Amino acid sequence: MKIFFAFVRKEFWHVIRDKRSLIILIGLPIVMMLLFGFALTSEVKNSNVAILDFAKDEATQKLITRIDESEYFTVKKTLSSENEIKGEFQKGEVRLVIIFPPNFQNDLRHENKSQMRLVADASDPNTANITINYASAIIRDFQSDLSNNKKLPYTIDLETRMLYNPQLKSSFNFVPGVMTLIMMLLGAMMTSVSIVKEKEMGTMEILLVSPMKPIMVLISKAVPYMVLCFIDIILILLMAVYILDMPIQGSIVLLLAESLLFIITTLSLGLLISVNVDSQQVAMFISLVGLLMPALIFSGFMFPIENMPLPLQVMSNIVPTKWYYNIVKIVMVKGLGFSYIIKQTLILLGMTVFFLTIALKKFKIKLE
Amino acid sequence: MASILIENITKTYEKGTVLALDNISFEVKAGELFGLIGPDGAGKTTLFRILTTLLNADSGKASVAGFDVQKDLWDIRKIVGYMPGKFSLYQDLSIEENLNFFATVFNTTVEENFHLIEEIYVQIEPFKKRLAGKLSGGMKQKLALCCALIHEPKVLFLDEPTTGVDPVSRTEFWDMLDRLKARGITILVSTPYMDEASRCDRIALIQKGKILEIDTLEKIIENNKRPLYSVKADERYKLMLELRDYADTETCFAFGSENHVVLKSNDKGFDAMKDFLSSKNYSDLEIKKIEPNIEDTFIKLMLESEK
Repeated sequence: MKIFFAFVRKEFWHVIRDKRSLIILIGLPIVMMLLFGFALTSEVKNSNVAILDFAKDEATQKLITRIDESEYFTVKKTLSSENEIKGEFQKGEVRLVIIFPPNFQNDLRHENKSQMRLVADASDPNTANITINYASAIIRDFQSDLSNNKKLPYTIDLETRMLYNPQLKSSFNFVPGVMTLIMMLLGAMMTSVSIVKEKEMGTMEILLVSPMKPIMVLISKAVPYMVLCFIDIILILLMAVYILDMPIQGSIVLLLAESLLFIITTLSLGLLISVNVDSQQVAMFISLVGLLMPALIFSGFMFPIENMPLPLQVMSNIVPTKWYYNIVKIVMVKGLGFSYIIKQTLILLGMTVFFLTIALKKFKIKLE
Repeated sequence: MASILIENITKTYEKGTVLALDNISFEVKAGELFGLIGPDGAGKTTLFRILTTLLNADSGKASVAGFDVQKDLWDIRKIVGYMPGKFSLYQDLSIEENLNFFATVFNTTVEENFHLIEEIYVQIEPFKKRLAGKLSGGMKQKLALCCALIHEPKVLFLDEPTTGVDPVSRTEFWDMLDRLKARGITILVSTPYMDEASRCDRIALIQKGKILEIDTLEKIIENNKRPLYSVKADERYKLMLELRDYADTETCFAFGSENHVVLKSNDKGFDAMKDFLSSKNYSDLEIKKIEPNIEDTFIKLMLESEK
């Protein structure tokens, strides 16, 4: 036990004295959270809108005010003819042009229907889609307010509810994603690199010619990174709750316990890599290409797995990140309990045991 | 009693295509300071790794302090001290931290065995807070020796401990080995420096995986003695070429400003060579008979083994 603590302390010295790895360990989660939270967000806020109002009546005024007041749009310009629309988009100042026909209010009153046009800059299709959706929602809202006053025949009131994430906040998606990626990156890569470093520096040679058992070497290398990864998870969750206003719906204890399990999964992956390679570069390369890429693609964080061709869907099942991402979403976003994640937990547990067994079996107690 | 016993060890690399050790056998007695002397690539490090249980030999048997290197791996790892050829301590840990760490790894404390390292440690103690990576070559080597000694090993393996170390530190280092020997520790040390051979009780000359000769330094030189001449002149290079072309020359090697020459006819051809060189009008020509040193002997043995 004394040996173990000496080893852990030594490992912390390594991390603390290597400024680069310290920055990666503490800085990376913070930077990723801030990036995804504020820079790389798919939410559309304060989009500039231009209005082309041929009616200029009470109804259009009300609607325009409502759009302007929403947090998603800012009315930037009022146009006077259709010819100007192209120019506005080319200048890139507005993302959406809202066009009201003449007699908007009259048509609405007398014929019970009216038309309007939304023109979006779809050079960025995602943003265009989102702005159109937001604008439509505001218009629907406006419409239903009007219809409250009088009964209209044959109208279907479509009421959509966005469950678990009514405001469609992207943080609900990326916080679990960032947690998954960070664990994969730090747990697997840092561990494998730190063990391979001992091989490269020749210190492994001395450690081997000592009474220390291989399992001790591996575990004492992994534990400090487990602690650091766990600190990172807590850091991410704190940022999620206090900076990004994303509440943890489910049990925090369950979430942390599952995170610890996933950390151990990534650490065992890191150990598996380290026993098979001899240079830090190769270890880094394998963790980045062999682990981070699949983690990114197959977690469901960036691309929905349901949309992938069947072979890729099948493949995604062997990627541990998919299961952890799933668990975090269920616990953190949906607030469900352990009974909903038993399957995922068992799969992660199985993977961990599998990786660890191979890593220990393949750990060489000699140099060859 | 043999502390290290090596019997018919053969080791190849790259699936048998590179022969590193070729059926070597020798033994090191308990308490002996034994030198393994040979150039780079002779197989010294491979042998060290086999004896410290880091590598498996292809064939042959070896034991350290009575433990078989194959079967009693964990016993050997408890009782040997190993200092690899490459500086292998944690560069980002200080002297103190390295020493404490290795003491703990070997289940002991620095205090417990301080008497063993005291003499060496006091020399680096003023810098104990300094990171190992920032130490000079001589200090690194002292620290590495301290770390290899901290668990009071029965057998000490030092792989080229003096490579890259200044001459003063080298002498100091050998003085330390003498003192460790006096404590009864068996020491196997390798070096590419022939002049360090005189500090060992016995030496083995190794070349291309073969042991050329094993004995005390004096005996090895004595056993391989042939009349040797030192020939010196201002035009060094021309002289060497001419000597090598000379019909009676068996070997001629440059040693500093001198050429060491062995004649096929030994003593009998000396006058003829002298006449031959005098006729060439060298300025400052100087010819004298000398006693062979270990390097002369090594070259002779090396050439013989290649024949």
